[in-house]
Amino acid sequence: MSVRARLAVLAAVVMVLAGVATAAVVHASGRAAGRDHQQASGPVIRPGRVVLAAPAGERLVFRSTAWGPHRDELVSVPAADPAGPRTASGVRCLRFHAAGGTGICLRRVPGAVGESYRAVVLDADLRERHHYPLGGIPTRARVSPSGRMVAWTVFVSGDSYAGTVFSTRTSILDTRTWRLEGSLEDYRIVRDGRAYRSPDANFWGVTFADDTHFYATLATGGQTYLVRGDVTARTVTTLRSNVECPSLSPDGTRLAFKKRVAGLPADAPWRLTVLDLRTMRETAPAERRNVDDQALWLDGRTLAYALPGDYGSDLWTVPADGGGSPRRLTTAALAPAVVG
Amino acid sequence: MYVADTRTRPAGPGATPGLPAPPPATRAPAGLAWRAVPATVLVLGTVSLITDVSAEMVTAVLPLYLVTGLGLSPLGFGLLDGIYNGASALVRLVGGHLADRGRRYKSMAALGYGLSALCKPALLIVHSVAGISAVLAMDRTGKGLRTAPRDAMISLAASPEAQGRSFGVHRAMDTAGALLGPVVAIVVMHAAADGFDAVFTVSFCVAATGVVVLLLFVPGRVPQPGPAESGPGEQAAVSLRAAVSLLGDRALRRLTLCALLLGLATVSDSFLYLILQRDLDLSGEWFPLLPLGTSAAFLLLAVPLGRTADRFGRWRVFLAGHGGLLVAYGLLLAPAGGAALPAVVLVLHGAFYAATDGVLMAAAAGSVPQRLRSSGLALVQTGQVGARFACSLLFGAAWTAWGDHAALAAATAALAACTAAAVALRPGRAGLRPGRVAR
Repeated sequence: MSVRARLAVLAAVVMVLAGVATAAVVHASGRAAGRDHQQASGPVIRPGRVVLAAPAGERLVFRSTAWGPHRDELVSVPAADPAGPRTASGVRCLRFHAAGGTGICLRRVPGAVGESYRAVVLDADLRERHHYPLGGIPTRARVSPSGRMVAWTVFVSGDSYAGTVFSTRTSILDTRTWRLEGSLEDYRIVRDGRAYRSPDANFWGVTFADDTHFYATLATGGQTYLVRGDVTARTVTTLRSNVECPSLSPDGTRLAFKKRVAGLPADAPWRLTVLDLRTMRETAPAERRNVDDQALWLDGRTLAYALPGDYGSDLWTVPADGGGSPRRLTTAALAPAVVG
Repeated sequence: MYVADTRTRPAGPGATPGLPAPPPATRAPAGLAWRAVPATVLVLGTVSLITDVSAEMVTAVLPLYLVTGLGLSPLGFGLLDGIYNGASALVRLVGGHLADRGRRYKSMAALGYGLSALCKPALLIVHSVAGISAVLAMDRTGKGLRTAPRDAMISLAASPEAQGRSFGVHRAMDTAGALLGPVVAIVVMHAAADGFDAVFTVSFCVAATGVVVLLLFVPGRVPQPGPAESGPGEQAAVSLRAAVSLLGDRALRRLTLCALLLGLATVSDSFLYLILQRDLDLSGEWFPLLPLGTSAAFLLLAVPLGRTADRFGRWRVFLAGHGGLLVAYGLLLAPAGGAALPAVVLVLHGAFYAATDGVLMAAAAGSVPQRLRSSGLALVQTGQVGARFACSLLFGAAWTAWGDHAALAAATAALAACTAAAVALRPGRAGLRPGRVAR
């Protein structure tokens, strides 16, 4: 083949491939536009005022993933009618939690050089008090019961050819002093009674007992641990293995968590489990599906968690004591918090 | 924190000593540098550039895709990465050997590039951890298969005195692609409103273009060695045994040994960035930019250092690169910080790659007979990649036992010792005999 013929072949191939590439981009962009139209069967959503307090009875605040103009906004619904009409706040978050009149919103910020993420501390009227840049993709967020302490976890991806090595970074913020503990990895780790350190230590899923003490997951050496942490002493102590994303009950006696169960598929290894901290005995709630979420205690007896749904994810609920059966709370919802 | 090291990008080929300066008479004047790089090298550089744009596009969005697109908890996997790395070293040897049989460098390279290209649409189909791991493993296999044959083609196309320069040009183009990839991914993500499928499709189209450029413009026939340049055994058959017996050659054995020794003391990039980040208390958002600093320095220095290697000796430049790395480690260990520290460390780190990555291949080419070129280069690369992998395991263990700075101090001492040992072994000497130089 002459050089000219080869160049002609190359030009033809590039034209075809450019056409395919353009079509893919146009298709994706058109599909995205469709998500801005309210879905016919979806929940009713009206703009309105959302506050992190409930003078007129308990409310649930969460991220609504329903298609339409209010997609990804924080919405509120009466706790008694979670599938009912939603009040949309106009505040967009990927992850959210609230307690004691403080909200934490992990948000995506479009920028000139790609995406970036930001942790935004909200007051009871969802106004921004402070924000902090995040170095990865948001995954967990929690506020202490008093509303003073805030924690969040992001995924950080390693620089590798195939980009599959992940790590997490968990930060704790004191909203009274605005002192930020950038990474729990700087805390002293006590494992089995002895000081421990490792470059592969990863923390995620903080749940606060009070403004000083918390529980979280530590992963190191291929094992996950439940740790109890102390913000003042800057220490975490391992309590038990194979516990991920703990969530402390309102009375502080039980932890709901994801347990990796041997024999389950690698894609879906987790079962929702409840640990009684007094007896260290585990109970399996009636939910038998794979739960990959940090559960929320709706009250002293009931857990709420997200499962994949038609519009991102749905919220489900199940009794914590092993009785009853799972029930769908509402569709197209993620990252709930109880206010009131 | 980083779970394991997996950076294989600049480690592609390895690093070591090398070839000596050519006789002064054959030196090209500076202005002729580009002209002296054979067209085949420029085409292979273009293929690598295009392929890296495609690969890095996917790398840039994959974490986000796994977390937000598929809703996976990514900590569940990633540990398998190390295993794939080990496997890819074996694939490298296989690719190198098969390419030498029947001189099928182009076919093997095309197979490797093609396999990686096919992985992109595969990402559209699979949605499970196992599926995605399998696709990534296939992608690695493609990379493993193509690396040695491609480097063999570069070394066979370039004249003995232009080896370093040619590899430098290739590595610079390769790195340029790696830097461009994420930018293209951002543009596509923006235009396609977060459509990951669009990114994967565009990535495939880019990769396919690379394969087509390779098929159309890289010559399929590699010139047979002339009688004058057939060294001992040049007429013998290409067999596995012949490939293994390459290690019987003193020069190559020493070279491989040096690459291996120095690889054992080369702390993986991830650890280096982690220490840099901890020392400087760098905020998380800056962290992803650290590798870009290394790549930028690598890009800018690959050609000048390749030319320097041709002129003053590949072995010297290779050693100097490790000296630079030693200085970088020292700076990280020194108590003095300062705003300039990360910049200096990253420039030294990039310079290290520029002085060792292509230069090792240029050096090794001189000790491997033409008919076993690809097997020989694969052997040296595998030794180095394997040693670096071992080092990252050892370093992780040392970190756990002693803490980050003590581990780095140990690595610094090891690097100093290995550099001294490499100086003592002086593999470059064999290359001083002109008859042994490439071609």
